[in-house]
Amino acid sequence: MSDDILISAAGLSVGYRLGKGLFQHLVLKAVDNVSLNIKRGSFFGLVGESGSGKTTLGRALLNAVPITGGNATYDDGDVTYDLTALSKDELGDYRRRAQLIFQDPYAALSPRMTVRDIIAEPLEVMKITSSRETTDERVREIAARCRLNLEHLRRFPHAFSGGQRQRISIARALVSRPQFIVADEAVAALDVSIQADVLNLLKQLQGEMDLTFMFISHDLSVVAHTCDHVAVMYLGRLVETAPTRQLFAAPKHPYTKALFSAIPSLNPDDRGLAQRLEGEIPSPTNQPSGCKFHTRCPHVIDRCRSEEPQLETADGAHEVSCHRWQELLAAG
Amino acid sequence: MDRLIDVENLTLQFRTDEGLITAVDNVSFSLDRGEVMGLVGESGSGKSVTAKALMHLNASNAIYSPESRITLHTDSGGIDVLSLSRAGDLKVVRGGAISMIFQEPMASFAPSISIGKQMIEQLQLHAEMSKAQAREIAIEMLDRVGISDPSSRVDQYAFELSGGMRQRAMIAMALSTKPRLLIADEPTTALDVTIQAQVIDLMKELVDEFNMGIVFITHDLGVVAQTADKVSVMYLGRLIEEGPVREVIRDPRHPYTKGLLAALPRLDDLDAPLTPVPGDIPSPLERPTGCVFNTRCGDVTGPVCSATVPLEEWIDPAHRVSCHLYADRGAS
Repeated sequence: MSDDILISAAGLSVGYRLGKGLFQHLVLKAVDNVSLNIKRGSFFGLVGESGSGKTTLGRALLNAVPITGGNATYDDGDVTYDLTALSKDELGDYRRRAQLIFQDPYAALSPRMTVRDIIAEPLEVMKITSSRETTDERVREIAARCRLNLEHLRRFPHAFSGGQRQRISIARALVSRPQFIVADEAVAALDVSIQADVLNLLKQLQGEMDLTFMFISHDLSVVAHTCDHVAVMYLGRLVETAPTRQLFAAPKHPYTKALFSAIPSLNPDDRGLAQRLEGEIPSPTNQPSGCKFHTRCPHVIDRCRSEEPQLETADGAHEVSCHRWQELLAAG
Repeated sequence: MDRLIDVENLTLQFRTDEGLITAVDNVSFSLDRGEVMGLVGESGSGKSVTAKALMHLNASNAIYSPESRITLHTDSGGIDVLSLSRAGDLKVVRGGAISMIFQEPMASFAPSISIGKQMIEQLQLHAEMSKAQAREIAIEMLDRVGISDPSSRVDQYAFELSGGMRQRAMIAMALSTKPRLLIADEPTTALDVTIQAQVIDLMKELVDEFNMGIVFITHDLGVVAQTADKVSVMYLGRLIEEGPVREVIRDPRHPYTKGLLAALPRLDDLDAPLTPVPGDIPSPLERPTGCVFNTRCGDVTGPVCSATVPLEEWIDPAHRVSCHLYADRGAS
């Protein structure tokens, strides 16, 4: 079963129309022609800088933003959905099967609701449980898994620390017994010690409840430690995707390499060794021609400016989208 | 090396509706010119409050203990910062001898006044100069921090700049009055890694060029390893360990410092488990007696930990730790 594909996207695009009237044609492509497969039971990492489209891609797979091009399917063995054409009933059911964990546990929880009501809300809204007793039973069960006790359920969110609040958010996301979870920067706002605690909890829940995660993060060290497979995004495109170990041992795209070398090393003797990337990510409304990364790439040639590279297989499940990856590999 | 600032026995409490809250508890440290000190700790450890005390910038409900002393050394002698109360006297320190940059540059610039106008205002406040001279300096500083086309950027507003550019402009503004000490409160936390690397490089260059001291507040030990000369670790208002960056990161002595490092996902060992420090940071209203860390410490040596505040023990002339584990060491 482990090789089953839960989520599959082919040529997926999400565009936003900007402006009105005369400028109606101006389209911001937040996600552009992305193809990926997420295996059931895996922890799929999605990394990239702000503006790379990683959040939009995550939302598109949850059907929370309209998909404007390409295909996406969800298949959990029980049901199969075409995410670009969900009927109202199917969408309702999909909401139960696919959930989101937010970044900021302070903003994600209503201050006026008790923790019990926060966790119970999805069950009530989606009419999953029919009586107060069964609702309470489900709430208590998921709360216990997220290490929240009965005393906690009676309180309001303000009484909790950041780590506890994030555990409440996780309980709310999991109470409908979903298959697929998009965790969007779920640990970014937490201190390192609490971050470690929440990551361990997510891993444990994944095993216990047979969950599939899309883990969106800008923190590569966190991704390296939690994910089985990583995809790197730049300006709405996937530039490289590979099993975690393979990617971190031998990144092939110049952007991935630069991203890795910019991670501040814990070794003080590494100062000055990092390869520095000049400039910033271009605006998505004014995208470069050819390879999107050519404006910042240290290995740019004329071909990169005119022709857009496609994702190609480098080594097994390792795919890269760069005209020169073989050349650069040979050059060391 | 020239001494820049001496902090002695700094103790700071806030008067609140719930009672007196101890935010900083008997903290002492010094900084030389040209030296970068990393100040690390979890949220609520008192690192920002300590840094603000250097400028006597804490809210009006702050109470400094009579033993607290902060001496800023200038060319014309030492200034007893905490004895200053008149706005005119404080101006010499705030924005003059000491500048501060913050995590969120968007929130630090006035949104409806151009960047240049804000820089000019600050320069004219601190030195006798004409508007034209001030503008000249503003443009020069923007150029110095790597903002392209500074003579037109100077008339732009904060929202017109990208996150990285805004943080550069913030640094330019902070340094335009040539401060002796720069306090940087999580200056790269909101930035992407590639931009963070650029800003760190820039700050290191500026330390050399201006011979400034920097107090670099961060929760990211990787950033500390790449920037700081020495590290001070704070927990619940106490400075629990301080030493040269190499020593503290490679051979941490305090159980809390060890815990912080064990919780960090490391890229050089992807199999290492992430070990959180057990429990949550206690509420400042319920400060543990004895060693503040004893409620979460795995190395409690006996009843002494919850009974007596550990004294500072010197591991070597530059490395000190407050922990009962090292109690016999100080005597020898």
